[in-house]
Amino acid sequence: MRAPPERFRNLRAALRLWGETLRALGRSPGAVIGGVLFGLIIAASLFFPWVYTIDPLAQDLLARLAPPFWQEGGSLAHPLGTDNLGRDVLVRILYGSRVSLMVGFASVLVACGAGIALGLVSGYYGGRADSLIMRLADVFMAYPFMLLTISVIAVLGNSIFNLILVLGLSDWVTYARTIRGSVLSIKEKEFVLAAKSAGTCHHTILMRHVFPNVLSPILVLGTVRVANIIIWESGLSFLGMGVPPPMPTWGRMLAEGRVYIMDSWWLVTLPGLAIMLTILSINLLGDGLRDALDPRLRNIPR
Amino acid sequence: MLSIRHLKTYFRTPRGIARAVDGVSLQMGPGEIMGVVGESGCGKSVMALSVLGLLASPPALFAGGEIRFKGRDLLTLAPEELRRLRGDQISMIFQEPMSALNPVFTVGNQLSEVFRVHRGLDRSAARQGAVEMLAKVGVPAPERRVGEYPYQLSGGMRQRVMIAMALACRPALLLADEPTTALDVSIQAQILELMLGLKEELGTAILLITHDLGVVAEITRRVAVMYTGKIMEEAATEELFDHPLHPYTRGLMASIPRADASFETDALNEIRGVVPSAVDLPPGCHFEPRCPEAVAACRTHPPELEELRPGHRVACWRANRG
Repeated sequence: MRAPPERFRNLRAALRLWGETLRALGRSPGAVIGGVLFGLIIAASLFFPWVYTIDPLAQDLLARLAPPFWQEGGSLAHPLGTDNLGRDVLVRILYGSRVSLMVGFASVLVACGAGIALGLVSGYYGGRADSLIMRLADVFMAYPFMLLTISVIAVLGNSIFNLILVLGLSDWVTYARTIRGSVLSIKEKEFVLAAKSAGTCHHTILMRHVFPNVLSPILVLGTVRVANIIIWESGLSFLGMGVPPPMPTWGRMLAEGRVYIMDSWWLVTLPGLAIMLTILSINLLGDGLRDALDPRLRNIPR
Repeated sequence: MLSIRHLKTYFRTPRGIARAVDGVSLQMGPGEIMGVVGESGCGKSVMALSVLGLLASPPALFAGGEIRFKGRDLLTLAPEELRRLRGDQISMIFQEPMSALNPVFTVGNQLSEVFRVHRGLDRSAARQGAVEMLAKVGVPAPERRVGEYPYQLSGGMRQRVMIAMALACRPALLLADEPTTALDVSIQAQILELMLGLKEELGTAILLITHDLGVVAEITRRVAVMYTGKIMEEAATEELFDHPLHPYTRGLMASIPRADASFETDALNEIRGVVPSAVDLPPGCHFEPRCPEAVAACRTHPPELEELRPGHRVACWRANRG
């Protein structure tokens, strides 16, 4: 009998740790609800348009402002009704979710990447680099975010790429400051001193000993920030600064439906509900994740 | 092999210069075990960290002296060369085995790192080395332990792992900073035994830093007694215990609780007062404010180390007079 190679053994041990986190997550009802809901939203945005093959841009001027199917005058041809140009609301919400989720995740990735890199350098090396990065962060914090985004979009033009870039770069500060704080406490730990005394170079210490130990707050923060970014994206879309038409987005659906709110409630209520459920599910998941990743809270019966 | 001469490690603090290590000289030969004892905050650890070059500067300030290791002055060595020396020629173990291992990696992973950094071994060879080292430090079932995380090990086991990491490259010098302080007494004895055995096998010289005179008596050949960054007395271990010359040394020895003392009649002996602040030291002998035998000269003139008996140096005006 040969022992399994180290790689597999480490993998198994790592999986066991993740399994514990997942199990802890499963014990919190909020996290389960949030997780399931969020999973459904992602699955719907990815796969439902394959089944429900209606063109989100197709106009049907004869069926303008049709109500949802359960209301008088509604039909199953457009289950959630149509807008002022006779476009199907359901499929537009689904396509809108793709935009929101993509912008949300991509911006968080951009922000995380920049924030983690700058935060690690700032916290670990300290000194002049630290001062420089933190003052830059102060500048970003002092500058009104909406103003920044609007001016950048106005200069660069609105495209989904620009949107992600702007949202991501305006949000790196939170990550950088969180990471910096964790790094400051981790780098004083004895195992870092021990690694130094074993002749490990700074780069290896930073990547192997410091970075993995500051990851869990970032995971939680990133999750919650996805929700924030989605709100910002909707807000910008509402103001006409978001992803350019004709691509349907939740924010613009709200803006366009606003005019008809008195007699066609579904045009604003349903996209609004989509935003709310998405944000809610992400926040529930984030809260659960925070508790699950904190070993001190893990074993508290609730 | 290791020769520290007049080492002065100061720290710049808002309240002034803290003289953590103030003119310490020590000599160690290959394979020697030397003890450094003293109360908390007397500069023992700072001295060890100075040898490894692990103090951030600023705030640390090397005001003078030299640390020669195998003929090279460590204080003027390029950082990259010093880094290559650490863990390979000189290594260190720390007081707190609970926090000295990275919680997110397996023991084997961290132990292999030393081999990969200094010996350039590949993964499987490094892991083989890790298993061998674990077996050498008496970790049972090393094949299995190598894949475990630090939280799965007891304190004694972790200290064994730390020792395995420190000795992986067969260093010439091991700095042991309170290696047994956080362990319970029976584990302490095992760890000391282990260090002695490994010293015999690998020929590693050990600088043992501790505040526990019992530990010193058990395994060291020579002892230096430190107080406020200075060496007060230095002698062969037996000589020191038989003829302690410095009042501070005698105070330390008197404050060891005795097993045959009774709770009712014998109070615990202590050295009255506290260690003076390193930013505001007395002008004469640093121990003078707490010394039961102080005379006028002690207040004004700091005593120098003098060899009063063969191999026995002491810095005290009273002892000097005989």
